[in-house]
Amino acid sequence: MAEKKVSILVVDDEESVRDSLYNWFIDDGYDVECAENAKQALIMLEARDFDIILADIKMPGMDGMEMHRRIKTLNKEPIFIIMTAFASVDTAVQALKNGAYDYVTKPFDPDDLSHLIRNAASHITLREENKSLKERITTLEDVDDLIGESEGMKQVLREVESVAQSNSSVIITGESGTGKELIARAIHSNSPRKYFPLITVHCGALTESLLESELFGHEKGAFTGATFNRKGRFEMADGGTIFLDEIGTISPKMQIELLRVLETRTFVRVGGNKEITSDFRVICATNRDLKSMVKNGIFREDLYYRLNVVNIRIPPLRERVEDIPLLVNHFIRKYCKSMSRDLISVEPAALNHLQKLEYPGNVRELENMIERAIVIGNGKEIKLRDLPMGREVMSSSIESLDDLEKKHIASMLDKYNWNISRASKALNVDRATLYNKIKKYDLKKSDR
Amino acid sequence: MVSCGHFEKSVIDKISHDLLLFFGFPLAVKECSLDLGSFYNPTRRQYDANMILKAISELTSPDAIKTIGLMRVDIYIPILTYIFGQSILNGSAGIVSLYRLRNELYGLEQDNNLLTERFRKVIVHELGHAFGLIHCHNPSCIMRSSTYVEDLDQKNLDFCFKCKTELDRRLSAYRT
Ligand SMILES: [Zn+2]
Ligand SMILES: [Zn+2]
Repeated sequence: MAEKKVSILVVDDEESVRDSLYNWFIDDGYDVECAENAKQALIMLEARDFDIILADIKMPGMDGMEMHRRIKTLNKEPIFIIMTAFASVDTAVQALKNGAYDYVTKPFDPDDLSHLIRNAASHITLREENKSLKERITTLEDVDDLIGESEGMKQVLREVESVAQSNSSVIITGESGTGKELIARAIHSNSPRKYFPLITVHCGALTESLLESELFGHEKGAFTGATFNRKGRFEMADGGTIFLDEIGTISPKMQIELLRVLETRTFVRVGGNKEITSDFRVICATNRDLKSMVKNGIFREDLYYRLNVVNIRIPPLRERVEDIPLLVNHFIRKYCKSMSRDLISVEPAALNHLQKLEYPGNVRELENMIERAIVIGNGKEIKLRDLPMGREVMSSSIESLDDLEKKHIASMLDKYNWNISRASKALNVDRATLYNKIKKYDLKKSDR
Repeated sequence: MVSCGHFEKSVIDKISHDLLLFFGFPLAVKECSLDLGSFYNPTRRQYDANMILKAISELTSPDAIKTIGLMRVDIYIPILTYIFGQSILNGSAGIVSLYRLRNELYGLEQDNNLLTERFRKVIVHELGHAFGLIHCHNPSCIMRSSTYVEDLDQKNLDFCFKCKTELDRRLSAYRT
């Protein structure tokens, strides 16, 4: 990193703050300049570029937020970090939503400051490396399955677009089947971290101890069965994003550990003693009401606030009925292609019927219906008779083999209280098969 | 050096040895005439390092090459929660405090030898800055930035080869 000095512009109206930060960064070998207000900073930015801008949010004249907005119109993309007094944290969160990289609360811990700047600096190095690859992002990538013209869905996409550029934690809420993982993937693949992995962990499918070694990794001999060293998910997500699905299911003990990792970005493998540091962004998803879980003392409040910097709510399908025709066409294209069939159409009565159903399983339920209709239909048109008529019909008369399997597995899992070993023994399959089935049918441990 | 607060002779002797070894200059210690009370910030219950540093640079005697203020009180700069020490790059003065280096502050057992060692490291580090060195990425080098006492314990009381070469180059300008 010694080749080119990272440049920092400090913008603050307080002289003592400017001087302190100037001295601190100069000692660290950075190329530093200071401006006493936003106007001066903008003039300096016309003359030269800076890699990092560290700006106070509250300044007389133009404030930090407005300055950030103007910088964006200059077509420059410095890493923008907000400094705030404790009282204006809300505004800082707003700034993150508008694409600021991070914020620090004054006065800051020397260690936090050096970590923050080091992370920002390594992002810049990465950005330089990828410059040739990277065309400027003008449209969202990898959002093919996020179909919708409804206001609700457009809002979600706008939020994805603005949050993707920042580094803040995101919670995605929505009923099951609404496509939370798709949103996580869209955020990741439109963020500066997109050249690094997106690691997904389905927290609900794992027991506490399994989840622990899954997240943190383990050393050989840490427990019976740990016959080799294994990297945890946080380690694998270094430089990228970790997606924690079903965050509402984790135990109190895991909540504490998770909070610690989020605060320090360091952890120790199970059975190990070496501190491991990883630079990851966290995106979580849940279909539970975390806020009321906090109120009831089931979910830690401090962890909730750590995770919930930005909240994206995906509306259930019944709130965006107008998207159903688009979705139907999308799934027809998807499945006809994968089954190598000619595209088929939908009889108006069938489409009409599809817009009247309830969809407790949301988009996923609709997708399954279309897939099934294509398989059993005449190959030319989806007809009303190819569709389930309503709830009762769905569950009793035309149950598919898959539905039966799903039900049976769910009941065995409940019987053995989600002890995977015992349930897999009872079902006479190995654990891996059971995990795959759980994933396939999206089975969840039900709330007590 | 200017000492504000009492330091044992054995500690001062060790510092004197370090200065001769690394910088080739003798140490002179004088008691501080500053009224620290005027630098106290009651809201933060800490002392303003920037103001002390300014006062110390005005106390510098004409024959001193660099002046370091030795403190026992908790010092801060407005933007940070605490600091171990501070000096101006290529400047004539610096300050260093013992306060945050004490094991007791972190719930560990008092250890005077360790404390003295940490104190010496911070002094040599800040003097390094005063002679124009910036932070070094070598994990055992004294010029590596340390924000925790554990970081201090990990590095040696010595410059890495690169920093030593750079320091000697800069020192030669003072010797003529
Ligand atoms: Zn330093
Ligand atoms: Zn060095």
